[in-house]
Amino acid sequence: MSTETVNEAHDSDDGHDAHHEHHIPKGLLRWLFTTNHKDIGTLYLWFAFIMFLIGGAMAMVIRAELFQPGLQIVDPHFFNQMTTVHGLIMVFGAVMPAFTGLANWLVPMMIGAPDMALPRMNNWSFWILPFAFLILLSSLFMDGGGPAFGWTFYAPLSTQYSGDSTALFVFSVHIMGISSIMGAINVVVTILNMRAPGMTYMKMPLFVWTWLITAFLLIAVMPVLAGAVTMVLTDKFFGTSFFDAAGGGDPVMFQHIFWFFGHPEVYIMILPAFGIISAIVPTFSRKKLFGYASMVYATASIALLSFIVWAHHMFTTGMPVAAEMFFMFATMLISVPTGVKVFNWVATMWRGSLTFEVPMMFAIAFIVLFTIGGLSGLMLAITPADFQYHDTYFVVAHFHYVLVTGAVFSIMAAVYYWLPKWTGKMFDITLGKWHFWCSLISVNLLFFPMHFVGLAGMPRRIPDYALQFADINKWVSIGGFAFGLSQLIFLVLIIKACRKIGEPVSDQVWEGAEGLEWEIPSPAPYHTFETPPFIK
Amino acid sequence: MNRISTLLTGVMLAFSNSAIATTAAERSDLNLRPGVSDISLEVYDLHMLMFWICVVIGVLVFGVMFYSMVMHRKSTGAKPANFHENVKVEVLWTIIPFVILIAMAWPAATTLIAMEDTSEADVTILVTGSQWKWHYKYQDNPDVEFFSLLATQQEQINNKFTKGENYLLEVDRPLVIPTGKKVRFLITSDDVIHSWWVPDFAIKKDANPGFINEAWTNVNEPGIYRGQCAELCGKDHGFMPIVVIAKGPAEYSTWLQEQETAAIRANEEEQRLLAMNMSMDELMTQGKKVYDTACVACHQANGGGLPPMFPALKGSKIAMEKQNIPVHIDYIINGKNNMPAFGKQLTMSEIAAVVTYERNAWGNNTGDMVQAKDVNLMINGK
Ligand code: HEC
Ligand code: HEM
Ligand SMILES: [Cu+2]
Ligand SMILES: [Cu+2]
Repeated sequence: MSTETVNEAHDSDDGHDAHHEHHIPKGLLRWLFTTNHKDIGTLYLWFAFIMFLIGGAMAMVIRAELFQPGLQIVDPHFFNQMTTVHGLIMVFGAVMPAFTGLANWLVPMMIGAPDMALPRMNNWSFWILPFAFLILLSSLFMDGGGPAFGWTFYAPLSTQYSGDSTALFVFSVHIMGISSIMGAINVVVTILNMRAPGMTYMKMPLFVWTWLITAFLLIAVMPVLAGAVTMVLTDKFFGTSFFDAAGGGDPVMFQHIFWFFGHPEVYIMILPAFGIISAIVPTFSRKKLFGYASMVYATASIALLSFIVWAHHMFTTGMPVAAEMFFMFATMLISVPTGVKVFNWVATMWRGSLTFEVPMMFAIAFIVLFTIGGLSGLMLAITPADFQYHDTYFVVAHFHYVLVTGAVFSIMAAVYYWLPKWTGKMFDITLGKWHFWCSLISVNLLFFPMHFVGLAGMPRRIPDYALQFADINKWVSIGGFAFGLSQLIFLVLIIKACRKIGEPVSDQVWEGAEGLEWEIPSPAPYHTFETPPFIK
Repeated sequence: MNRISTLLTGVMLAFSNSAIATTAAERSDLNLRPGVSDISLEVYDLHMLMFWICVVIGVLVFGVMFYSMVMHRKSTGAKPANFHENVKVEVLWTIIPFVILIAMAWPAATTLIAMEDTSEADVTILVTGSQWKWHYKYQDNPDVEFFSLLATQQEQINNKFTKGENYLLEVDRPLVIPTGKKVRFLITSDDVIHSWWVPDFAIKKDANPGFINEAWTNVNEPGIYRGQCAELCGKDHGFMPIVVIAKGPAEYSTWLQEQETAAIRANEEEQRLLAMNMSMDELMTQGKKVYDTACVACHQANGGGLPPMFPALKGSKIAMEKQNIPVHIDYIINGKNNMPAFGKQLTMSEIAAVVTYERNAWGNNTGDMVQAKDVNLMINGK
């Protein structure tokens, strides 16, 4: 892909551009009122990082309690609050906002648009988020504590048997949902309407494609989540009985509704990651992405299939055999397009000219570790075996492989990849490598042995465990602390980058990088593509 | 293959082999257990089959990738090739996984169908979960029913005593089932969702309030099998284990008979207690015992509770004011909101004792005494 003309706002001295420049407010107000996609992207990314650290601190509490058998540090009720809020923060506060931040920064630059289509809504969709999480976090200080029913908030534990903080939980999930939907609408409208001339659908970078599909998933399922929390609210406080058998309701129906949202949600957290990896691997292989079209089709089929597999989270709830079979087969089917993705990445590297800069290191780690998570997912799909795995640490290991070494690693890869474009300076490569190796080793010490304790019979969401699990849990906790500390290296690196410390970089930044974002200057000017480029 | 990928393969195999080797042991700390029923063995085999398929796929894919990472480095002068699609290859690697999947789906489906066939059972047991204990009722012998609670001492959990071998996996009254018979479990709950899980039987079934689920097993070997609740069910979810003792059919019938006679004797004892008064000391001693097993989880050892979830009994109006004695007893018999009902779990004399205890412990010194016959009056109106 190449462009005929690339317009840079700063080069032009016509009055219109100057006008823009002079009205950027300074200080806090700039960030509060900004409608600029790059500013909003930055806000989202910082917010996600702070949430990642807060959610991580809660994980440290969990791991500290599980370091040894017996109750040492927290009581079981507080332990449950920690797992619940950790899960909620990581999913809705860290991973999703980080991807939205990347979409804000990158989608307009990748399709040659001057900004997002709905910039004011963009500002809102970010700025309601901090309030959602303030509400959620403040609920921990209420009498009776915060939500303690797991991030899956199964009824009736979350209805008749929860504390009053449930109202705050529901309210904050509503706000998160509204924010996500607004963000998703913005992405859809931008991609459908603002592509530069010549940027046909099948020329769009895969990150744009995967985000387009993710945005449709978000618009489809966030309202379902909103419905679920609303029913929990009315069951608890207004006397309805959607999920109460005594009133003619059904607690298992809650799980159907939740997972109808929940399974597409896990793809919401991984499809953009596929887009990122599909950008990074070709660059450092110096070779075009293998099977672009099949990547697009695979993404679309994963998204469609994700709507018909939700009950694989519910095999033990007592469904009819026919339903169990259907959801088993449908789930196994998803591994086909997912496999295609992995094969395509490997084929892209095959006979390339490989170098291993920090983004590529994270991308390769992603491919291996995400695949391990995918393979354990395939094992979980086998219903009779899932009866043994379900709600044990085997599942905890599985979803952390796909979420932490999958989604989170892809986000880190993306930050390393595009950071020089954003700041105009190369980040501290030594620190980046330290961050990578420390994270890689500790994350595997943290999550790999969890497979074993899970298989040996350790249930999840317990604050204390039988003695035969003690050795492994000790190592897992050590891995957890090490992984937590490793992220501080990343924090230092990002702070240095934001203060623009480092060697200046060229426009292309990485030898082998292709796409519109590498044709504009580094750092990317405040306004780009005010006159659209033309793509041949 | 080159050095690195061979090394990688070796490491993966070593990992998996060590996992396999230990499965021979009775209780593996690293892998699923083959268990003690035909079904659990089938599930185990399925698990190992899946595991090996995944290992092979992993080794192949990562092998190719690592090969490329070593051989196609820019630093060794590799020049990028030009290809970026190949319909034949792409179709092939869509179809081959598909075929592998069908090969896996077949045995999985047959096992699944067998697992869900609960017909023609020899023994049926109703399993009811509630916060945080299990209740077992033998449907064919209605007199035999009992609660099963965690037996690990609080002091072990709080690190004051050393932890025993079966720490957190021991109960006061285990479930007893016969070997060589098809035992069907009807599983339900009185409050939130729990999940009844015994790994050695490959049974994990949710206990849903208001609905009944079914599961079955046919145990081949006598022994003691331990499991835990598997669905988050509130504060003490980690503390509601399951212990099942499988006995030979003859031993099982003897046991069952003993339980029936014991139930009848307990009934007679209850009648006898109804006729007499216990002293304050007796009531307090027994009351403390009951309180420490049945109430302490929520209302705490010092009576302070965990407000606002679980109210304090120390200084509570219900536990202090004379006119509230019937209310106090009623709370325990029938429960209220999130306070579970204990009418089934505790005998009348136990209820009398715990009420007396609560009215006189932690400085609640009301001097009130409640006798079994007062409780009987509330339950039976006589
Ligand atoms: C699962 C937790 C739980 C257990 C176990 C439990 N309770 Fe309760 N209890 C509660 C809750 C919740 C309430 C508040 C009920 C309400 O009024 O809504 C309560 C209320 C009470 C009250 C009334 C207190 C007041 O001032 O309102 C008494 C008395 C009481 N319980 C006695 C007992 C006794 C005796 C036991 C043991 C046999 C016991 N409880 C075991 C949860 C529990
Ligand atoms: C800092 C590294 C992390 C550590 C040490 C960690 C550890 C844990 C632990 C111990 C649990 C509780 C398991 C249980 O008792 O059931 C848990 C749950 C969970 N974690 Fe993490 N985690 C980390 C990062 C993440 C990230 C980045 C994500 C999301 C992308 C995430 C998502 C979740 C989810 C969804 C749950 C389930 C919560 C629930 O049970 O309701 N975690 N984590
Ligand atoms: Cu799912
Ligand atoms: Cu439980």
